[in-house]
Amino acid sequence: MTQAAAPIATDKAVATSGLRRAGQFLMALPLSGMIGLGIVVFWLLTAVFGPMLAPYAPGAIVASDVFDPFSARNLLGSDYLGRDVLSRLLHGARYTVGLAFAAALLASITGTGLALTAAVSGRWIDEVMSRMMDALISIPSKIFALVMVAAFGSSVPLLLLIAAITYVPGAYRIARSLAVNLNQMEYVQVAVARGEGRVYISCAEVLPNMIHPMLTDFGMRFVFAVLLLSGMSFLGLGVQPPDADLGSLVRENISGLGEGAPALIMPAIAIATLTVGVNLFIDSLSRSRRTMGEV
Amino acid sequence: MGDLVQVSNLRVVAGNDAGKPVPIVKDVSFSIPRGEVLALIGESGSGKTTIALTLMGYARPGCRIAGGSVRIDGAEVLDLNRDELTALRGCKVAYVAQSAAAAFNPSKTIIDQVVEVVLIRGLMTRAVAEAKAIDLFRALALPDPEQIGGRYPHQVSGGQLQRMMAAMALITDPALVIFDEPTTALDVTTQIEVLRAFKKVVKDRGTTAVYVSHDLSVVSQMATRIVVLRHGEVREVGLMEQILHAPEDAYTQALMAAARPARRHALSTVAVANPAPPLLEIRGLTAGYGRRDSRGVPCNIVLKNIDLQIRQGRTLGVIGESGSGKSTLARVSAGLLPPADGTVLFNGEPLAPGLTGRTRDQFRRIQIVFQNADTALNPSHSVARILGRPLEFYHGLRGAARDRRIKQLLDLIRLPVNIATRRASELSGGQKQRINLARALAAEPDLILCDEVTSALDTVVGAAILDLMGELRRELNVSYMFISHDISTVRSICDDVVVLYAGQKVESENHRPFQAPPYHPYTDQLISSVPEMRSGWLEESGAVQTPPYVDPVNCGTDLCCFLVRCPVRINGVCNVAMPPRVTLGNGNEILCHHSDADLRRLYSPSHMRTDLR
Ligand SMILES: Nc1ncnc2c1ncn2[C@@H]1O[C@H](COP(=O)(O)OP(=O)(O)OP(=O)(O)O)[C@@H](O)[C@H]1O
Ligand code: SF4
Ligand SMILES: [Mg+2]
Repeated sequence: MTQAAAPIATDKAVATSGLRRAGQFLMALPLSGMIGLGIVVFWLLTAVFGPMLAPYAPGAIVASDVFDPFSARNLLGSDYLGRDVLSRLLHGARYTVGLAFAAALLASITGTGLALTAAVSGRWIDEVMSRMMDALISIPSKIFALVMVAAFGSSVPLLLLIAAITYVPGAYRIARSLAVNLNQMEYVQVAVARGEGRVYISCAEVLPNMIHPMLTDFGMRFVFAVLLLSGMSFLGLGVQPPDADLGSLVRENISGLGEGAPALIMPAIAIATLTVGVNLFIDSLSRSRRTMGEV
Repeated sequence: MGDLVQVSNLRVVAGNDAGKPVPIVKDVSFSIPRGEVLALIGESGSGKTTIALTLMGYARPGCRIAGGSVRIDGAEVLDLNRDELTALRGCKVAYVAQSAAAAFNPSKTIIDQVVEVVLIRGLMTRAVAEAKAIDLFRALALPDPEQIGGRYPHQVSGGQLQRMMAAMALITDPALVIFDEPTTALDVTTQIEVLRAFKKVVKDRGTTAVYVSHDLSVVSQMATRIVVLRHGEVREVGLMEQILHAPEDAYTQALMAAARPARRHALSTVAVANPAPPLLEIRGLTAGYGRRDSRGVPCNIVLKNIDLQIRQGRTLGVIGESGSGKSTLARVSAGLLPPADGTVLFNGEPLAPGLTGRTRDQFRRIQIVFQNADTALNPSHSVARILGRPLEFYHGLRGAARDRRIKQLLDLIRLPVNIATRRASELSGGQKQRINLARALAAEPDLILCDEVTSALDTVVGAAILDLMGELRRELNVSYMFISHDISTVRSICDDVVVLYAGQKVESENHRPFQAPPYHPYTDQLISSVPEMRSGWLEESGAVQTPPYVDPVNCGTDLCCFLVRCPVRINGVCNVAMPPRVTLGNGNEILCHHSDADLRRLYSPSHMRTDLR
């Protein structure tokens, strides 16, 4: 070695610059975005650690009465069987957040993958895939879900699959239009002229520039999935007893409506804050990116 | 007669992301006597437009006029309220923007939009206003002034639309007109007509004007005074002649030097008659876009029957106006666009028409550098990654060896090593263009296709890039295909030149291009349209002559592509048959019916003058 070569682009340098970027990004969020982010983080933590923090087992009947109001023993009251609402909520959140998250992730990854394939392949493949997605998107999501549950019986993997399939075409459309536009960029043309293969071009040149908009889209899909799954559970077709997600909690306590029982209101508020929080965060994301320039 | 405009200690600040105010115009003072044209000149980001806009009491969103005074006709503009400002804009002060296309509503006829302001203000009746608009059209040398106003914006050319926008500005007889880079988006041959029209109306009406531009030669045609700006500060104020001939400020001197292109690259020493096959040879190339018919001919043909050669170590200039197919030529050479017909040979061996079938080594030896460095660098990659990829891909360099080479490359393009960790979005325009070039160099190519590499850059920065390219050629013996619409740049760095017009090669010159006439009629127009940096040039250069009459042509016959605009076309010859390729006495090869002697006679100075009277 004739010349000492200090590594220029070490991983560490890249990592610190990533941290710096994250810090800048947080500072640039508007207030509504910070609130949204706070809510999102809260629900994610709840989904992960909630069951550990629950004071009682979800199935245990601990209260002397049904539809108890807030009390020191049952912080959020008791449900229609006298179970602790807080404990059931902490367990239920894992189903709702976890299932919706997994479904949205699956939908976004599949959609993006198919879109990239379509964008770098020839006109034929692109055409066939796009028409298939159009066909899929034209099926109403609730009806599709009802038919599937009727045919196969409700189970957690099936619910996951239904929600994922429902949201693949939407993610595909967004990703494809992004990929097609990015394909025209001169840096992609340079890579093409360099003789790079399709896989490198889509993964290294196109994909990184799709991540931001796709993350936003992922948030939207997540909200849709929460609403779809909760709706299914409310109809009794979602997560089956003894397990319960937030939607099931609302359904099983519906008879407490007249009394305004916390057992009914709390899960409803939980669904509302989750979806509103994600929406607030996403909105502020795209806004702060517009004003700051690409983060 | 006092000064119409007095600007003193003007300060404009912009809020940045953190909300901290950043000064973008710092203590600027100047004044404009009545009836004079003042030029604001500087590079992009120097605050030219910001200052021009404050003359209308306007600051762009995010900016704020922080202090100072702007007086027009004795009245303080910065103190006016909303209504008074509205009255000021459009009536007393008018604005002609860079892009006329963006200023016109595409769904209304032009004349409606030109007279709109005076009708809204109730200054004239419609008939009077239209008569006045037609007068202005005539004064601005628009063809068919009575009727042209009835057209829609997309039915006139860019240069015509720009003049119509001037008519829109002048219809209220404003005391002050602001021209903001009004010809920057135009081709040189169009620019000269527009400039001439502007100059005439400004002179005839005794209008006071501010002319914003980055182009000294254009400014020297229009203005009597110049304010040189840099980073929001005035570097020098003076009369045109003084600034042109005896600039005092160091920056102004650098600007002048960059604008007067000297011969940059030493001419290639490789003899023209080198027995080795040329590095790149294109034979009978036809290419285009759109759906291909059964014979593989695309519906929109952009290049027709092009032949050219680039020899080792030489620079071939490709020049032509916007849309003439220059970029398409580069794309075909790089394999991005398979040609419909013809072959591309590299070192005497035919290259596969498209990407498939080219070997990695063939890819390596031809690199392409795109015009717009903003879009040519992937915004999510660091500089090290951008430069590292070709090293890895072509040369298999990894780890420390790759880092060392990246350092050398950064050194070669005179950038500090610490830039390697930055992303493309964190670089300046000039730095981006250097990285763009370095990425091509990383491949160690034989030929670099440069598509308008300096067009988006300021004069001084662009000049530095050209110098760099020259050094690289000397050190590494690469060849360039240098695509540009700017004849003076091409003249200063190229060994050979081809001139494209509407997708045809109308002229090719070997060895010292554009030095000795005669030229093809189009080339001649191109050369004579480039403004010279001295006042009075515009008056001396003859107006573009109206083409002589020719009989209508039969559809379907292949004719000279320049026929419609050619000032020396021959009735009965040019409109019936395709011109041959003629080699002139000076070695230039042109596509024209005229012979060397004809052209010498037609373009002799004495002939030109009598023609003009
Ligand atoms: N992808 C495309 N599809 C269809 N037509 C195209 C495409 N790219 C360019 N063209 C057309 O081909 C013609 C030549 O374009 P080209 O980009 O080669 O011009 P140019 O000489 O480089 O112009 P400029 O100086 O403006 O860059 C133009 O009429 C343009 O509209
Ligand atoms: S062939 Fe005729 S029309 Fe074409 S450039 Fe020559 S003289 Fe002009
Ligand atoms: Mg181009």
